[in-house]
Amino acid sequence: MALDKATVARIAALARIKVPDSELDALAGALSKILTWVEQLDAVDVSGVEPMVAVTHARPPLREDKVTDGGIRDEILANAPETTDGFFVVPKVVE
Amino acid sequence: MSNLIKGHTGDWEVVIGLEVHAQVISNAKLFSGAATDFGAEPNTQVSTVDAAFPGMLPVLNRFCVEQAVKTGLGLDAQINLQSVFDRKNYFYPDLPAGYQISQFSRPIVGKGKLVLDMPDGTVREIGITRLHLEQDAGKSLHDQHPTKTYVDLNRAGVALMEIVSEPDLRSAEEAGAYLRKLRAILRYLGTCDANMEEGNLRCDCNVSVRKPGGALGTRCEIKNVNSIRFVMQAIEYEAQRQIEVIEEGGAVVQETRLFDSGKGVTRSMRSKEESHDYRYFPDPDLLPVTLDPAWLAKLRADLPELPDVKKARFMRDYGLSGDQAATLVAEKETADAFEELQGKVSKRVSISASATANTVINIVSFIAGERGVSPAQFISTNDVPGVLILQQKNVISGRMLKEVLEGIADSKQSAEVFVAEKGLTQVTDTSAIETAIDAVLVKEPDKVADYRAGKEKLLAYFVGQVMRATQGKANPALVNELLKKKLAG
Amino acid sequence: MSLIGLTIGQARDQLRRKAITARELAEAYIKAMAVARPLKAYLVETPDRALAAAKQSDARLQKGNSLPLDGVPVAVKDLFCTEGVETTAASKILAGFVPPYESTVTANLWRNGALMLGKVNLDEFAMGSATITSARGPTENPWRRRGDNRPLVPGGSSGGSAAAVAARAALAAIGTDTGGSIRQPASFCGIVGLKPTYGRCSRWGIVAFASSLDQAGPMTRDVRDAAIMLQAMAGHDPKDATSALLPAPNFEAAVGQSIKGMRIGIPKEYRLDGMPTEIEALWRRGIEWVKAAGATTVDISLKMTQYALATYYIIAPAEASSNLARYDGVRFGLRVPGETLEELYENTRGQGFGAEVRRRVLIGTYVLSAGYYDAYYLKAQKVRALIARDFDEAFKSCDAMLTPTAPSAAFAIGEKMDDPIAMYLNDVFTVPVNLAGLPGISVPAGLSAEGLPLGLQVIGKAFDEETVLRVAAVLEDAAKFDAVPAFVAGAP
Ligand SMILES: [Mg+2]
Ligand SMILES: [Zn+2]
Repeated sequence: MALDKATVARIAALARIKVPDSELDALAGALSKILTWVEQLDAVDVSGVEPMVAVTHARPPLREDKVTDGGIRDEILANAPETTDGFFVVPKVVE
Repeated sequence: MSNLIKGHTGDWEVVIGLEVHAQVISNAKLFSGAATDFGAEPNTQVSTVDAAFPGMLPVLNRFCVEQAVKTGLGLDAQINLQSVFDRKNYFYPDLPAGYQISQFSRPIVGKGKLVLDMPDGTVREIGITRLHLEQDAGKSLHDQHPTKTYVDLNRAGVALMEIVSEPDLRSAEEAGAYLRKLRAILRYLGTCDANMEEGNLRCDCNVSVRKPGGALGTRCEIKNVNSIRFVMQAIEYEAQRQIEVIEEGGAVVQETRLFDSGKGVTRSMRSKEESHDYRYFPDPDLLPVTLDPAWLAKLRADLPELPDVKKARFMRDYGLSGDQAATLVAEKETADAFEELQGKVSKRVSISASATANTVINIVSFIAGERGVSPAQFISTNDVPGVLILQQKNVISGRMLKEVLEGIADSKQSAEVFVAEKGLTQVTDTSAIETAIDAVLVKEPDKVADYRAGKEKLLAYFVGQVMRATQGKANPALVNELLKKKLAG
Repeated sequence: MSLIGLTIGQARDQLRRKAITARELAEAYIKAMAVARPLKAYLVETPDRALAAAKQSDARLQKGNSLPLDGVPVAVKDLFCTEGVETTAASKILAGFVPPYESTVTANLWRNGALMLGKVNLDEFAMGSATITSARGPTENPWRRRGDNRPLVPGGSSGGSAAAVAARAALAAIGTDTGGSIRQPASFCGIVGLKPTYGRCSRWGIVAFASSLDQAGPMTRDVRDAAIMLQAMAGHDPKDATSALLPAPNFEAAVGQSIKGMRIGIPKEYRLDGMPTEIEALWRRGIEWVKAAGATTVDISLKMTQYALATYYIIAPAEASSNLARYDGVRFGLRVPGETLEELYENTRGQGFGAEVRRRVLIGTYVLSAGYYDAYYLKAQKVRALIARDFDEAFKSCDAMLTPTAPSAAFAIGEKMDDPIAMYLNDVFTVPVNLAGLPGISVPAGLSAEGLPLGLQVIGKAFDEETVLRVAAVLEDAAKFDAVPAFVAGAP
């Protein structure tokens, strides 16, 4: 599949990655090449095959409903670029 | 009963489906060991898993699975022995991982149903499409600072059950009844507190209109409405709006809308330029959920009696009307209090369950409501059985019930002591009543004449006057009988 | 022999005999780490931490109640979160991130007495096969081509780990392997690299690249050391839902056991068109070695082999696109401001991710997006099931498989850099193992014509690392690989 500039721009927006306009063409070329390459899978007949969802067949126990974590606000906030009064802070979101 | 709405061009039918997010009652979050308590200081109930720190992994809470399965059983639904958690990818500051762990193609609960008790005593079956488990997001506060949004992740990762109905609802009333019934079931099961005001039950409404029997119209989704009353208002408004749009030659645009409870209107949310593309795929950090059939069978066997079964039992065993039974079973506590009350009273005197039910539904509920307690709490903390026993023994009249119930609640006395001290014992002494009747009739010669001339409706008036003269203590049946005799004479 | 010439097994004996102390060993490696700085293997050196741990090891050794890894200095791939020590995944977007927690695998190592020398380089978010996509610059392979002093890549993504062990700047290292990231750099650097079965080691606390493929493993001087390290790293972790609920067997006991009668599968599809003859010859030698040790070889078929790379390059980017969504400038790491939140996201991720990571996140986003999911992602998961099925079938007629580790020896920094697909081909022999979740090991088996190390790979059944180690030890004995890289820190 050859991706055009607009598609790459749309995917980049979806992934929230800023790509300068000047790089879109080259990126579209690179991504198209990879996509065309992976399309060799078109040759494989997978009719009746269930997709692989889990690599392991083990079924380890689920967690008990006990409070064992939390109460570490300082640690949670310690790496944050901006905080106020125990909150993470981001530019105002306009709905 | 007809749910059709009249427009200029004829009748319209409104088609409603509801998506309810019900917060699971659990100690810890769906995939982490952080607490779920409401109202804690910001970011204090957050683990590094909830905040999606690098390398952190989700591990499923067994109890949340149990709660979801229980709820599925309560909705008479298909329980899927294998289900899969998927990632729903989107960016938002209160969604730390950049994806919500939810269930998309293989939910834990499939098709089920819910029976509505309509106000006119009829029932309607509403289809449940699915129930799945997912994580709640955190909270974004947009109003704390002029240019900033504050983010609290305490709720991030709390378990939710998303319960989706079929588009089977046909009116705001039905939507209200659906939510009340769902709330009852969740509370009976103890799987969700189901308090819309506290946000642990949130409702999205999908609304469309069509000509009766016609093809489905374009729907709008009203997001996050937070009370049953508002859900009903929002649907009423939205249905009218859509009818007007179509009748004026326009077309309904599929969109997400918000309900403004202050103005009672729905508004279009500013639509994002880019449509959502959630890129669902199975979460590779989690294995498929596999349920043990034996465990499921045990859960099914241990399920508590649910509202519909209780209602049927109340009708069958107590001879209650459908309406009475439905009202009592709406809250499990009330139903239990009724049964206990009826048991205690009927051990001492003969009393119809219907009379007890009416007292609970009409009088106790009203008084309890005024006092801000539940009927069950009122019954359990006051000598209500004593009051009913006195009435059945004709010590007090039915008209005195309310006053006596209020009295015992205020004085914290037993019914017997209160009635004796206040001298509220019913007058059954014929001569005393006759004296009172005579006094009334003497004062109203014109009305007596009218009555005798055929205006028999005046009897009720005379009864009232006599009761008032006796401060309500006279036995009403006796008053009736004696009055008729005197007036005839 | 100098201290840094010892294997773990040898050091362990000398420590217990009190011939050396943990402090002496730690000091020797701290010095070696400094000498090896020109290789740019280490991103962070933690000598104080190493010395403090060595002190505790010595106390235990003195009392005679030592732990299995007491005194063993280890280099840690900077993908493992280490409490209180900056962890960046070699990405600008995690610059300055100091985890308040320790990954399960590293915690297991420290609990067993090992000590951390520092954090080592990798391809950004482990995406690469040459340790050249690191935001901190490339690591050099301590090996050089004969008569050619151009710096070579150490392979990747665990290139810092491989270079550190090969240069004697760490006694052992840990890496992660998503598509060959332990085995290929081990092959390029002439050391042993073991990728355990998926689920054998906990992924908790490892910066995720592709969750269904990532697996931690040891990188060591010899096979025995790999077994000793794995013993300490492995085990069920209730914090990782995909961690297997299996007790770890005694891996070291497998080393040195005979392979007489064992059936070794030789997958015919691994004989690629245009494969360098020296790789072919190496493989043939390996076959002779196992036969000489009493095993029989069986021709097996892994029909889907040719589709493994394409499958991998759909699944891994898809998972990565989602796993890397958390790097958004809100809770940790880099924030590049913007007028709006959307701008903040786009600036942060646009500037925080390098070119290869960006490419993979975009590919991953695309293959999951509406309208393309079925054609790419779902299709790949079905082909993956077929690849796993191939292995299941083949293992009915053999106990382990023998293949080359990589299609070439190490290449120069700057080669293959303009063509991502040429780079992806490095992992052609290793990727199928990850897709099927199986254990695999690379053992140094010889030198290329240019004098660079080449590795052979042994692949085993799920949770049968013991057989993998047995066969690997036989190859090791036969190969007698004793070549020394051009650069050795404080050469013996
Ligand atoms: Mg929804
Ligand atoms: Zn939802």
